[in-house]
Amino acid sequence: MSEVTLAELCIFAASEAFRGNGEVVATGVGPVPRLGASLAKLTHTPELMMTDGEAYLVEQPVPIGPRGDYKPKFAGHLPFSRFFDSAVWSGRRHAMVTPTQIDRFGQINLSQLGGTHQQPKTQMLGVRGFPGNTIYHPNSFFFPSHTPRVFVAGEVDMVSGVGYNPAKRVPGGNYSAVDLRVIVTNLCVMDFGGKDNAIRVVSLHPGVTFEQVQEATGFELERGDIVETALPGAEELAIIARLDPHNIRASVIKDNPPARVGQA
Amino acid sequence: MSMLDKRMTPAEIVGELKDGMTLGIGGWGPRRKPMALVREILRSDLKDLTIVAYGGADVGMLCAAGKVKKLVFAFVSLDAIPLEPWFRKAREAGQIEVLELDEGMFQWGLKAAAFGLPFLPTRVGLGTDLADLGGLKHVQSPYDDGEVLIAMPALKLDAALLHVNRSDWRGNVQLFGPDVYYDEWFAKAAARTYVSCEELVDQMEDHYPDTAQANVFERCFVSGVTHIPCGAHPSSMPPAYGWDMKAFKAYTDAAKDPGDWNAVKDRFVGADEAAYLESVGGKEAVAALPLPVF
Repeated sequence: MSEVTLAELCIFAASEAFRGNGEVVATGVGPVPRLGASLAKLTHTPELMMTDGEAYLVEQPVPIGPRGDYKPKFAGHLPFSRFFDSAVWSGRRHAMVTPTQIDRFGQINLSQLGGTHQQPKTQMLGVRGFPGNTIYHPNSFFFPSHTPRVFVAGEVDMVSGVGYNPAKRVPGGNYSAVDLRVIVTNLCVMDFGGKDNAIRVVSLHPGVTFEQVQEATGFELERGDIVETALPGAEELAIIARLDPHNIRASVIKDNPPARVGQA
Repeated sequence: MSMLDKRMTPAEIVGELKDGMTLGIGGWGPRRKPMALVREILRSDLKDLTIVAYGGADVGMLCAAGKVKKLVFAFVSLDAIPLEPWFRKAREAGQIEVLELDEGMFQWGLKAAAFGLPFLPTRVGLGTDLADLGGLKHVQSPYDDGEVLIAMPALKLDAALLHVNRSDWRGNVQLFGPDVYYDEWFAKAAARTYVSCEELVDQMEDHYPDTAQANVFERCFVSGVTHIPCGAHPSSMPPAYGWDMKAFKAYTDAAKDPGDWNAVKDRFVGADEAAYLESVGGKEAVAALPLPVF
Protein backbone atom coordinates (compact mmCIF):
# COMPACT_ATOMS: atom_id res chain seq x y z
CA MET A 1 0.00 0.00 0.00
CA SER A 2 1.26 3.46 -0.83
CA GLU A 3 2.17 5.90 1.93
CA VAL A 4 -0.67 7.71 3.72
CA THR A 5 -0.90 11.28 2.46
CA LEU A 6 -1.33 14.40 4.54
CA ALA A 7 -4.68 14.97 2.83
CA GLU A 8 -5.84 11.52 3.97
CA LEU A 9 -4.70 12.27 7.51
CA CYS A 10 -6.72 15.51 7.36
CA ILE A 11 -9.79 13.64 6.09
CA PHE A 12 -9.47 11.23 9.00
CA ALA A 13 -9.07 14.12 11.46
CA ALA A 14 -12.08 15.87 9.86
CA SER A 15 -14.18 12.73 10.32
CA GLU A 16 -13.42 12.79 14.04
CA ALA A 17 -15.07 16.25 14.27
CA PHE A 18 -18.41 14.59 13.46
CA ARG A 19 -18.09 11.69 15.92
CA GLY A 20 -21.21 11.14 17.98
CA ASN A 21 -23.02 14.18 16.56
CA GLY A 22 -26.32 12.31 16.25
CA GLU A 23 -29.08 12.98 13.71
CA VAL A 24 -27.79 16.23 12.29
CA VAL A 25 -26.93 17.19 8.74
CA ALA A 26 -23.17 16.82 8.35
CA THR A 27 -22.07 19.27 5.68
CA GLY A 28 -18.50 19.24 4.44
CA VAL A 29 -17.76 21.95 1.88
CA GLY A 30 -14.76 21.05 -0.25
CA PRO A 31 -13.15 17.64 -0.81
CA VAL A 32 -11.46 17.11 2.58
CA PRO A 33 -14.42 18.19 4.77
CA ARG A 34 -16.90 16.32 2.58
CA LEU A 35 -14.83 13.14 2.60
CA GLY A 36 -14.37 13.56 6.35
CA ALA A 37 -18.13 13.81 6.97
CA SER A 38 -18.75 10.86 4.65
CA LEU A 39 -16.10 8.78 6.41
CA ALA A 40 -17.67 9.59 9.77
CA LYS A 41 -21.07 8.36 8.55
CA LEU A 42 -19.60 5.15 7.12
CA THR A 43 -17.59 4.33 10.25
CA HIS A 44 -18.33 5.61 13.75
CA THR A 45 -21.43 7.79 13.31
CA PRO A 46 -23.93 6.19 10.90
CA GLU A 47 -26.84 8.27 12.25
CA LEU A 48 -25.46 11.42 10.58
CA MET A 49 -27.58 12.87 7.79
CA MET A 50 -26.10 14.25 4.59
CA THR A 51 -27.01 15.38 1.12
CA ASP A 52 -25.79 14.44 -2.33
CA GLY A 53 -24.18 17.89 -2.45
CA GLU A 54 -27.30 19.36 -4.01
CA ALA A 55 -30.79 18.76 -2.69
CA TYR A 56 -31.38 15.11 -1.77
CA LEU A 57 -30.62 13.27 1.46
CA VAL A 58 -28.61 10.10 1.04
CA GLU A 59 -27.80 7.28 3.46
CA GLN A 60 -24.86 6.17 1.32
CA PRO A 61 -22.44 9.11 0.97
CA VAL A 62 -21.98 10.09 -2.66
CA PRO A 63 -18.44 9.81 -4.12
CA ILE A 64 -16.96 13.14 -5.23
CA GLY A 65 -16.19 14.08 -8.82
CA PRO A 66 -17.57 12.64 -12.05
CA ARG A 67 -19.85 9.71 -11.25
CA GLY A 68 -19.72 7.48 -14.32
CA ASP A 69 -22.42 4.87 -13.89
CA TYR A 70 -22.86 5.54 -10.19
CA LYS A 71 -26.37 6.71 -9.35
CA PRO A 72 -26.95 8.18 -5.89
CA LYS A 73 -29.88 6.61 -4.05
CA PHE A 74 -32.11 9.27 -2.56
CA ALA A 75 -33.61 8.64 0.88
CA GLY A 76 -34.99 12.11 1.47
CA HIS A 77 -35.18 15.67 0.23
CA LEU A 78 -33.49 18.74 1.68
CA PRO A 79 -33.47 21.51 -0.93
CA PHE A 80 -32.23 25.04 -0.21
CA SER A 81 -35.89 26.05 -0.22
CA ARG A 82 -36.23 24.18 3.12
CA PHE A 83 -32.67 24.38 4.34
CA PHE A 84 -32.98 27.19 6.85
CA ASP A 85 -36.09 25.91 8.59
CA SER A 86 -35.08 22.23 8.53
CA ALA A 87 -31.34 22.29 9.13
CA VAL A 88 -29.77 25.64 9.94
CA TRP A 89 -32.27 27.52 12.10
CA SER A 90 -33.24 24.33 13.92
CA GLY A 91 -29.61 23.75 14.89
CA ARG A 92 -29.68 20.29 13.30
CA ARG A 93 -26.47 20.66 11.37
CA HIS A 94 -22.70 20.63 11.75
CA ALA A 95 -20.79 22.24 8.90
CA MET A 96 -17.09 22.13 8.13
CA VAL A 97 -16.04 24.94 5.82
CA THR A 98 -12.96 26.83 4.63
CA PRO A 99 -13.21 30.59 5.15
CA THR A 100 -10.56 32.91 3.71
CA GLN A 101 -9.59 34.27 7.13
CA ILE A 102 -10.06 33.34 10.79
CA ASP A 103 -8.97 35.28 13.87
CA ARG A 104 -8.24 34.50 17.52
CA PHE A 105 -11.93 34.81 18.41
CA GLY A 106 -12.96 32.28 15.77
CA GLN A 107 -14.50 35.06 13.71
CA ILE A 108 -14.38 34.12 10.01
CA ASN A 109 -14.42 36.00 6.72
CA LEU A 110 -15.51 34.90 3.28
CA SER A 111 -16.70 38.24 1.97
CA GLN A 112 -13.97 40.75 1.17
CA LEU A 113 -10.34 41.67 1.84
CA GLY A 114 -8.94 45.15 2.38
CA GLY A 115 -10.37 48.49 1.29
CA THR A 116 -13.83 49.47 2.50
CA HIS A 117 -17.25 47.87 2.33
CA GLN A 118 -18.15 50.34 -0.41
CA GLN A 119 -14.96 49.54 -2.33
CA PRO A 120 -13.18 46.38 -1.19
CA LYS A 121 -9.69 45.74 -2.46
CA THR A 122 -10.65 42.12 -3.15
CA GLN A 123 -14.27 41.05 -3.41
CA MET A 124 -14.81 37.38 -2.62
CA LEU A 125 -18.04 35.39 -2.38
CA GLY A 126 -20.02 37.39 0.13
CA VAL A 127 -20.98 36.16 3.61
CA ARG A 128 -23.12 33.33 2.17
CA GLY A 129 -24.76 31.47 5.07
CA PHE A 130 -21.96 31.99 7.59
CA PRO A 131 -23.82 34.44 9.88
CA GLY A 132 -26.74 32.04 10.28
CA ASN A 133 -24.62 28.90 10.48
CA THR A 134 -22.47 30.28 13.26
CA ILE A 135 -25.29 31.58 15.47
CA TYR A 136 -27.42 28.45 15.10
CA HIS A 137 -25.35 25.27 14.79
CA PRO A 138 -21.90 23.78 15.37
CA ASN A 139 -19.15 24.63 12.91
CA SER A 140 -15.67 23.32 12.22
CA PHE A 141 -13.02 24.44 9.78
CA PHE A 142 -10.42 23.02 7.42
CA PHE A 143 -7.48 24.98 6.05
CA PRO A 144 -5.15 23.32 3.55
CA SER A 145 -2.51 26.01 4.02
CA HIS A 146 -1.88 27.16 7.58
CA THR A 147 -0.36 30.66 7.29
CA PRO A 148 -0.64 34.04 9.02
CA ARG A 149 -2.62 35.24 5.97
CA VAL A 150 -5.37 32.82 7.00
CA PHE A 151 -4.89 32.86 10.79
CA VAL A 152 -4.73 36.62 10.94
CA ALA A 153 -3.41 38.96 13.62
CA GLY A 154 -6.07 41.29 15.01
CA GLU A 155 -9.50 40.62 13.55
CA VAL A 156 -10.69 39.39 10.17
CA ASP A 157 -11.37 42.09 7.56
CA MET A 158 -15.13 41.48 7.54
CA VAL A 159 -16.77 39.46 10.30
CA SER A 160 -18.93 37.03 8.32
CA GLY A 161 -19.37 34.44 11.08
CA VAL A 162 -19.91 34.81 14.82
CA GLY A 163 -16.98 34.04 17.08
CA TYR A 164 -16.28 34.44 20.77
CA ASN A 165 -15.42 38.15 20.64
CA PRO A 166 -17.20 39.80 23.60
CA ALA A 167 -16.94 43.23 21.94
CA LYS A 168 -19.11 42.01 19.06
CA ARG A 169 -21.93 40.71 21.23
CA VAL A 170 -24.94 43.00 21.43
CA PRO A 171 -26.29 42.74 25.01
CA GLY A 172 -29.49 40.72 25.24
CA GLY A 173 -28.75 38.61 22.18
CA ASN A 174 -28.87 34.83 22.43
CA TYR A 175 -25.48 33.33 21.66
CA SER A 176 -26.11 30.00 23.37
CA ALA A 177 -25.84 28.03 20.12
CA VAL A 178 -22.50 29.50 19.05
CA ASP A 179 -20.40 26.34 19.03
CA LEU A 180 -17.09 26.35 17.19
CA ARG A 181 -15.62 22.87 17.38
CA VAL A 182 -12.50 21.84 15.51
CA ILE A 183 -9.94 23.35 13.16
CA VAL A 184 -8.03 20.91 10.96
CA THR A 185 -5.07 22.28 8.99
CA ASN A 186 -2.12 20.90 7.07
CA LEU A 187 -0.09 21.24 10.29
CA CYS A 188 -2.30 20.37 13.22
CA VAL A 189 -5.72 20.01 14.83
CA MET A 190 -6.98 22.75 17.14
CA ASP A 191 -10.10 23.39 19.16
CA PHE A 192 -11.64 26.30 21.06
CA GLY A 193 -11.04 24.84 24.50
CA GLY A 194 -8.57 27.45 25.77
CA LYS A 195 -9.28 30.30 28.18
CA ASP A 196 -12.48 32.11 27.10
CA ASN A 197 -12.72 29.78 24.09
CA ALA A 198 -9.21 30.61 22.91
CA ILE A 199 -7.85 28.46 20.12
CA ARG A 200 -5.48 25.75 21.32
CA VAL A 201 -3.47 23.07 19.58
CA VAL A 202 -4.64 19.58 20.53
CA SER A 203 -2.68 17.46 18.08
CA LEU A 204 0.29 17.97 15.80
CA HIS A 205 0.65 16.08 12.56
CA PRO A 206 3.66 13.73 12.50
CA GLY A 207 6.94 15.68 12.43
CA VAL A 208 5.33 19.11 13.06
CA THR A 209 6.30 21.14 16.14
CA PHE A 210 4.17 23.55 18.17
CA GLU A 211 6.66 26.29 17.31
CA GLN A 212 6.10 25.72 13.59
CA VAL A 213 2.37 26.06 14.08
CA GLN A 214 2.79 29.18 16.21
CA GLU A 215 5.09 30.66 13.55
CA ALA A 216 2.39 30.09 10.92
CA THR A 217 -0.30 31.77 13.03
CA GLY A 218 -0.90 35.51 13.39
CA PHE A 219 -1.98 35.28 17.04
CA GLU A 220 -0.87 33.46 20.16
CA LEU A 221 -2.02 29.85 20.44
CA GLU A 222 -2.63 27.88 23.59
CA ARG A 223 -1.25 24.40 24.12
CA GLY A 224 -3.73 21.66 24.91
CA ASP A 225 -2.66 18.17 25.97
CA ILE A 226 -0.92 17.76 22.66
CA VAL A 227 -0.72 14.34 21.03
CA GLU A 228 0.31 13.25 17.55
CA THR A 229 -2.57 13.34 15.06
CA ALA A 230 -3.75 9.80 14.37
CA LEU A 231 -3.31 8.25 10.94
CA PRO A 232 -6.20 6.52 9.21
CA GLY A 233 -6.10 2.73 9.18
CA ALA A 234 -6.55 0.38 6.24
CA GLU A 235 -10.34 0.36 6.57
CA GLU A 236 -10.58 4.16 6.53
CA LEU A 237 -8.14 4.46 3.63
CA ALA A 238 -10.19 2.00 1.59
CA ILE A 239 -13.38 4.00 2.25
CA ILE A 240 -11.62 7.26 1.35
CA ALA A 241 -10.35 5.73 -1.90
CA ARG A 242 -13.83 4.50 -2.78
CA LEU A 243 -15.42 7.91 -2.03
CA ASP A 244 -12.78 9.75 -4.07
CA PRO A 245 -12.15 7.51 -7.08
CA HIS A 246 -10.52 10.34 -9.07
CA ASN A 247 -8.05 11.16 -6.29
CA ILE A 248 -9.26 14.76 -6.06
CA ARG A 249 -7.84 14.77 -2.51
CA ALA A 250 -4.34 14.75 -4.02
CA SER A 251 -4.90 18.31 -5.30
CA VAL A 252 -5.97 19.83 -1.97
CA ILE A 253 -2.62 20.35 -0.23
CA LYS A 254 0.35 21.75 -2.17
CA ASP A 255 2.52 18.97 -3.63
CA ASN A 256 0.33 16.32 -1.96
CA PRO A 257 2.91 15.46 0.72
CA PRO A 258 2.94 12.26 2.76
CA ALA A 259 1.49 12.36 6.27
CA ARG A 260 4.89 11.67 7.80
CA VAL A 261 7.46 14.35 7.09
CA GLY A 262 10.56 13.13 5.28
CA GLN A 263 8.82 10.22 3.57
CA ALA A 264 7.94 10.40 -0.07
CA MET B 1 -66.46 34.82 -21.19
CA SER B 2 -62.92 35.12 -22.32
CA MET B 3 -60.13 33.25 -20.57
CA LEU B 4 -57.59 35.06 -18.46
CA ASP B 5 -54.56 35.55 -20.68
CA LYS B 6 -51.29 36.92 -19.23
CA ARG B 7 -49.11 36.30 -22.25
CA MET B 8 -46.62 39.06 -23.03
CA THR B 9 -43.51 39.45 -25.12
CA PRO B 10 -40.19 39.87 -23.35
CA ALA B 11 -40.06 43.45 -24.66
CA GLU B 12 -43.51 44.15 -23.19
CA ILE B 13 -42.35 42.82 -19.83
CA VAL B 14 -39.25 45.01 -19.80
CA GLY B 15 -41.43 47.89 -21.02
CA GLU B 16 -43.38 47.66 -17.75
CA LEU B 17 -40.19 48.12 -15.72
CA LYS B 18 -39.05 51.64 -14.83
CA ASP B 19 -35.75 53.30 -13.99
CA GLY B 20 -35.01 53.13 -10.27
CA MET B 21 -37.17 50.08 -9.59
CA THR B 22 -36.29 47.31 -7.15
CA LEU B 23 -36.14 44.05 -9.08
CA GLY B 24 -35.95 40.55 -7.62
CA ILE B 25 -34.37 37.85 -9.77
CA GLY B 26 -35.14 34.22 -8.94
CA GLY B 27 -32.88 31.18 -9.10
CA TRP B 28 -29.60 30.67 -7.24
CA GLY B 29 -26.07 31.43 -8.50
CA PRO B 30 -25.74 29.75 -11.91
CA ARG B 31 -29.02 27.84 -11.52
CA ARG B 32 -32.58 28.54 -12.77
CA LYS B 33 -31.91 32.17 -13.68
CA PRO B 34 -34.32 34.07 -15.97
CA MET B 35 -31.36 34.99 -18.17
CA ALA B 36 -33.38 35.72 -21.31
CA LEU B 37 -35.33 38.39 -19.42
CA VAL B 38 -32.05 39.71 -18.00
CA ARG B 39 -30.69 39.90 -21.55
CA GLU B 40 -33.83 41.80 -22.57
CA ILE B 41 -33.07 44.34 -19.81
CA LEU B 42 -29.49 44.53 -21.10
CA ARG B 43 -30.89 45.42 -24.55
CA SER B 44 -33.01 48.20 -23.02
CA ASP B 45 -32.06 51.61 -21.60
CA LEU B 46 -33.37 50.72 -18.13
CA LYS B 47 -31.08 52.03 -15.38
CA ASP B 48 -30.56 52.80 -11.66
CA LEU B 49 -31.95 49.44 -10.62
CA THR B 50 -31.84 47.92 -7.17
CA ILE B 51 -31.26 44.22 -7.75
CA VAL B 52 -32.23 41.63 -5.12
CA ALA B 53 -30.80 38.21 -5.97
CA TYR B 54 -28.98 35.06 -4.93
CA GLY B 55 -26.56 36.21 -7.55
CA GLY B 56 -24.91 34.65 -10.55
CA ALA B 57 -24.23 35.96 -14.05
CA ASP B 58 -27.52 37.88 -13.88
CA VAL B 59 -25.95 40.17 -11.29
CA GLY B 60 -22.56 40.20 -13.01
CA MET B 61 -23.98 41.25 -16.37
CA LEU B 62 -26.26 43.94 -14.95
CA CYS B 63 -23.34 45.33 -12.93
CA ALA B 64 -21.05 45.23 -15.97
CA ALA B 65 -23.61 47.11 -18.03
CA GLY B 66 -23.93 49.86 -15.41
CA LYS B 67 -27.60 49.08 -14.75
CA VAL B 68 -27.20 48.55 -11.02
CA LYS B 69 -27.43 51.34 -8.49
CA LYS B 70 -27.68 49.01 -5.50
CA LEU B 71 -27.33 45.28 -4.96
CA VAL B 72 -28.93 43.24 -2.17
CA PHE B 73 -26.99 39.97 -1.96
CA ALA B 74 -25.60 37.14 0.16
CA PHE B 75 -23.22 35.89 -2.51
CA VAL B 76 -22.56 36.21 -6.21
CA SER B 77 -21.05 33.05 -7.70
CA LEU B 78 -20.96 30.74 -10.70
CA ASP B 79 -20.30 27.67 -8.46
CA ALA B 80 -17.52 26.00 -10.46
CA ILE B 81 -16.13 29.50 -11.04
CA PRO B 82 -16.52 30.65 -7.44
CA LEU B 83 -15.91 34.37 -7.89
CA GLU B 84 -18.23 36.11 -10.34
CA PRO B 85 -15.78 38.18 -12.39
CA TRP B 86 -17.92 41.14 -13.46
CA PHE B 87 -19.55 41.57 -10.06
CA ARG B 88 -16.06 41.54 -8.59
CA LYS B 89 -14.91 44.29 -10.95
CA ALA B 90 -17.90 46.44 -10.07
CA ARG B 91 -17.31 45.99 -6.35
CA GLU B 92 -13.58 46.63 -6.52
CA ALA B 93 -14.28 49.79 -8.52
CA GLY B 94 -16.69 50.95 -5.78
CA GLN B 95 -19.32 51.24 -8.48
CA ILE B 96 -22.40 49.97 -6.64
CA GLU B 97 -24.13 50.41 -3.30
CA VAL B 98 -24.71 47.16 -1.46
CA LEU B 99 -26.79 45.59 1.26
CA GLU B 100 -24.98 42.39 2.16
CA LEU B 101 -27.08 39.75 3.91
CA ASP B 102 -26.86 36.16 5.10
CA GLU B 103 -28.61 33.69 2.74
CA GLY B 104 -31.24 32.89 5.37
CA MET B 105 -31.85 36.53 6.32
CA PHE B 106 -32.36 37.23 2.64
CA GLN B 107 -35.29 34.80 2.30
CA TRP B 108 -36.60 36.05 5.66
CA GLY B 109 -36.73 39.56 4.17
CA LEU B 110 -38.63 38.24 1.14
CA LYS B 111 -41.08 36.53 3.51
CA ALA B 112 -41.57 39.75 5.49
CA ALA B 113 -42.42 41.50 2.22
CA ALA B 114 -44.72 38.65 1.16
CA PHE B 115 -46.68 38.96 4.41
CA GLY B 116 -46.81 42.74 4.30
CA LEU B 117 -44.73 43.06 7.48
CA PRO B 118 -42.16 45.80 8.06
CA PHE B 119 -39.62 43.25 9.32
CA LEU B 120 -39.19 39.79 10.78
CA PRO B 121 -36.99 39.19 13.81
CA THR B 122 -33.97 36.90 13.63
CA ARG B 123 -30.82 36.01 15.53
CA VAL B 124 -28.93 35.85 12.26
CA GLY B 125 -26.44 38.66 11.85
CA LEU B 126 -25.77 39.12 15.58
CA GLY B 127 -22.06 38.97 16.31
CA THR B 128 -21.09 39.82 12.71
CA ASP B 129 -20.47 43.02 10.77
CA LEU B 130 -23.74 42.76 8.82
CA ALA B 131 -25.87 44.96 11.06
CA ASP B 132 -23.36 47.79 11.25
CA LEU B 133 -22.57 47.73 7.55
CA GLY B 134 -26.19 47.38 6.45
CA GLY B 135 -27.81 49.73 8.95
CA LEU B 136 -29.94 46.87 10.29
CA LYS B 137 -31.69 47.72 13.55
CA HIS B 138 -32.29 45.65 16.65
CA VAL B 139 -35.63 44.83 18.26
CA GLN B 140 -36.38 43.47 21.71
CA SER B 141 -38.89 40.74 22.45
CA PRO B 142 -41.81 42.27 24.42
CA TYR B 143 -42.21 39.01 26.34
CA ASP B 144 -40.48 37.87 29.52
CA ASP B 145 -37.42 36.58 27.66
CA GLY B 146 -36.57 40.12 26.49
CA GLU B 147 -34.31 38.71 23.77
CA VAL B 148 -32.60 41.23 21.49
CA LEU B 149 -32.84 40.31 17.83
CA ILE B 150 -32.09 41.82 14.46
CA ALA B 151 -35.12 43.25 12.67
CA MET B 152 -34.67 42.02 9.12
CA PRO B 153 -36.46 44.60 6.96
CA ALA B 154 -38.93 43.48 4.32
CA LEU B 155 -37.34 43.17 0.87
CA LYS B 156 -40.26 44.65 -1.04
CA LEU B 157 -39.87 44.19 -4.77
CA ASP B 158 -41.45 46.34 -7.46
CA ALA B 159 -41.13 43.38 -9.78
CA ALA B 160 -39.72 39.85 -9.78
CA LEU B 161 -38.38 37.91 -12.76
CA LEU B 162 -38.46 34.10 -12.72
CA HIS B 163 -37.81 31.30 -15.18
CA VAL B 164 -40.05 28.25 -14.73
CA ASN B 165 -40.41 24.89 -16.43
CA ARG B 166 -44.03 25.30 -17.47
CA SER B 167 -46.85 27.78 -17.43
CA ASP B 168 -50.22 28.21 -18.97
CA TRP B 169 -51.68 31.43 -20.36
CA ARG B 170 -53.22 32.27 -16.99
CA GLY B 171 -49.99 31.92 -15.04
CA ASN B 172 -50.49 28.46 -13.58
CA VAL B 173 -46.85 27.49 -13.29
CA GLN B 174 -45.10 24.19 -12.69
CA LEU B 175 -41.55 24.07 -11.34
CA PHE B 176 -39.41 20.92 -11.49
CA GLY B 177 -35.82 20.04 -10.71
CA PRO B 178 -34.27 19.03 -7.40
CA ASP B 179 -34.55 22.51 -5.87
CA VAL B 180 -36.69 25.50 -6.74
CA TYR B 181 -34.81 27.77 -4.29
CA TYR B 182 -36.80 30.83 -3.21
CA ASP B 183 -38.75 31.53 -6.41
CA GLU B 184 -42.01 31.25 -4.49
CA TRP B 185 -40.99 34.02 -2.12
CA PHE B 186 -39.68 36.30 -4.84
CA ALA B 187 -43.11 35.94 -6.48
CA LYS B 188 -44.93 36.77 -3.27
CA ALA B 189 -42.63 39.64 -2.29
CA ALA B 190 -43.17 41.44 -5.59
CA ALA B 191 -45.88 43.84 -6.64
CA ARG B 192 -45.70 42.24 -10.10
CA THR B 193 -44.04 38.96 -11.08
CA TYR B 194 -43.11 38.04 -14.62
CA VAL B 195 -42.28 34.47 -15.54
CA SER B 196 -40.55 33.14 -18.60
CA CYS B 197 -41.11 29.45 -19.24
CA GLU B 198 -39.58 26.52 -21.09
CA GLU B 199 -43.01 25.28 -22.12
CA LEU B 200 -46.25 27.22 -22.52
CA VAL B 201 -49.71 25.64 -22.76
CA ASP B 202 -53.13 27.20 -23.01
CA GLN B 203 -54.79 25.44 -20.07
CA MET B 204 -52.62 23.48 -17.63
CA GLU B 205 -55.45 21.19 -16.56
CA ASP B 206 -55.89 19.95 -20.11
CA HIS B 207 -52.22 19.07 -20.52
CA TYR B 208 -50.57 18.29 -17.16
CA PRO B 209 -53.21 17.68 -14.50
CA ASP B 210 -51.09 14.97 -12.84
CA THR B 211 -48.23 17.25 -11.83
CA ALA B 212 -50.18 20.01 -10.08
CA GLN B 213 -48.01 19.59 -6.97
CA ALA B 214 -45.29 21.35 -8.97
CA ASN B 215 -47.43 24.51 -8.80
CA VAL B 216 -45.08 26.04 -6.24
CA PHE B 217 -46.90 29.40 -6.19
CA GLU B 218 -50.37 30.32 -7.31
CA ARG B 219 -51.33 32.32 -10.38
CA CYS B 220 -52.52 35.35 -8.40
CA PHE B 221 -48.78 36.01 -7.92
CA VAL B 222 -48.10 36.03 -11.66
CA SER B 223 -48.69 39.18 -13.71
CA GLY B 224 -47.15 38.17 -17.02
CA VAL B 225 -46.00 35.04 -18.82
CA THR B 226 -43.65 34.69 -21.76
CA HIS B 227 -42.50 31.61 -23.63
CA ILE B 228 -38.70 31.44 -23.91
CA PRO B 229 -37.29 27.94 -24.39
CA CYS B 230 -33.65 27.80 -23.21
CA GLY B 231 -34.39 31.04 -21.37
CA ALA B 232 -32.15 30.15 -18.42
CA HIS B 233 -29.03 29.64 -20.56
CA PRO B 234 -26.16 29.76 -19.58
CA SER B 235 -27.55 28.86 -16.13
CA SER B 236 -29.00 25.41 -15.49
CA MET B 237 -32.69 24.50 -15.78
CA PRO B 238 -33.17 20.97 -14.51
CA PRO B 239 -34.44 18.62 -15.69
CA ALA B 240 -34.24 20.24 -19.15
CA TYR B 241 -30.57 21.20 -19.31
CA GLY B 242 -27.48 21.85 -17.23
CA TRP B 243 -25.38 24.96 -16.99
CA ASP B 244 -23.04 25.89 -19.84
CA MET B 245 -19.65 26.06 -18.12
CA LYS B 246 -17.93 26.73 -21.43
CA ALA B 247 -20.04 29.85 -21.86
CA PHE B 248 -19.38 30.90 -18.24
CA LYS B 249 -15.65 30.39 -18.85
CA ALA B 250 -15.75 32.62 -21.95
CA TYR B 251 -17.73 35.22 -19.99
CA THR B 252 -15.16 35.04 -17.18
CA ASP B 253 -12.21 35.34 -19.56
CA ALA B 254 -13.84 38.38 -21.16
CA ALA B 255 -13.69 40.18 -17.81
CA LYS B 256 -9.91 40.05 -17.79
CA ASP B 257 -7.87 43.06 -18.84
CA PRO B 258 -9.14 45.28 -20.37
CA GLY B 259 -12.51 43.77 -19.50
CA ASP B 260 -14.60 46.32 -21.38
CA TRP B 261 -18.23 45.14 -21.31
CA ASN B 262 -19.25 47.26 -24.28
CA ALA B 263 -16.62 45.53 -26.41
CA VAL B 264 -17.81 42.02 -25.50
CA LYS B 265 -21.49 42.34 -24.63
CA ASP B 266 -22.75 41.28 -28.06
CA ARG B 267 -21.33 37.81 -27.41
CA PHE B 268 -23.26 37.43 -24.16
CA VAL B 269 -26.44 39.36 -24.89
CA GLY B 270 -27.09 39.20 -28.64
CA ALA B 271 -29.15 41.54 -30.78
CA ASP B 272 -32.24 39.54 -29.86
CA GLU B 273 -32.99 36.23 -28.19
CA ALA B 274 -33.11 34.28 -31.46
CA ALA B 275 -29.66 35.56 -32.39
CA TYR B 276 -28.36 34.75 -28.93
CA LEU B 277 -29.70 31.21 -29.01
CA GLU B 278 -28.25 30.70 -32.48
CA SER B 279 -24.86 31.92 -31.27
CA VAL B 280 -24.73 29.28 -28.54
CA GLY B 281 -25.61 26.44 -30.89
CA GLY B 282 -29.39 26.53 -30.85
CA LYS B 283 -31.94 24.57 -28.85
CA GLU B 284 -30.31 21.22 -29.56
CA ALA B 285 -26.99 22.33 -28.10
CA VAL B 286 -28.66 23.71 -24.97
CA ALA B 287 -30.80 20.59 -24.53
CA ALA B 288 -27.61 18.51 -24.68
CA LEU B 289 -25.92 20.33 -21.78
CA PRO B 290 -25.49 17.73 -19.02
CA LEU B 291 -26.96 18.38 -15.59
CA PRO B 292 -24.22 19.40 -13.14
CA VAL B 293 -22.80 16.99 -10.58
CA PHE B 294 -22.24 18.34 -7.06
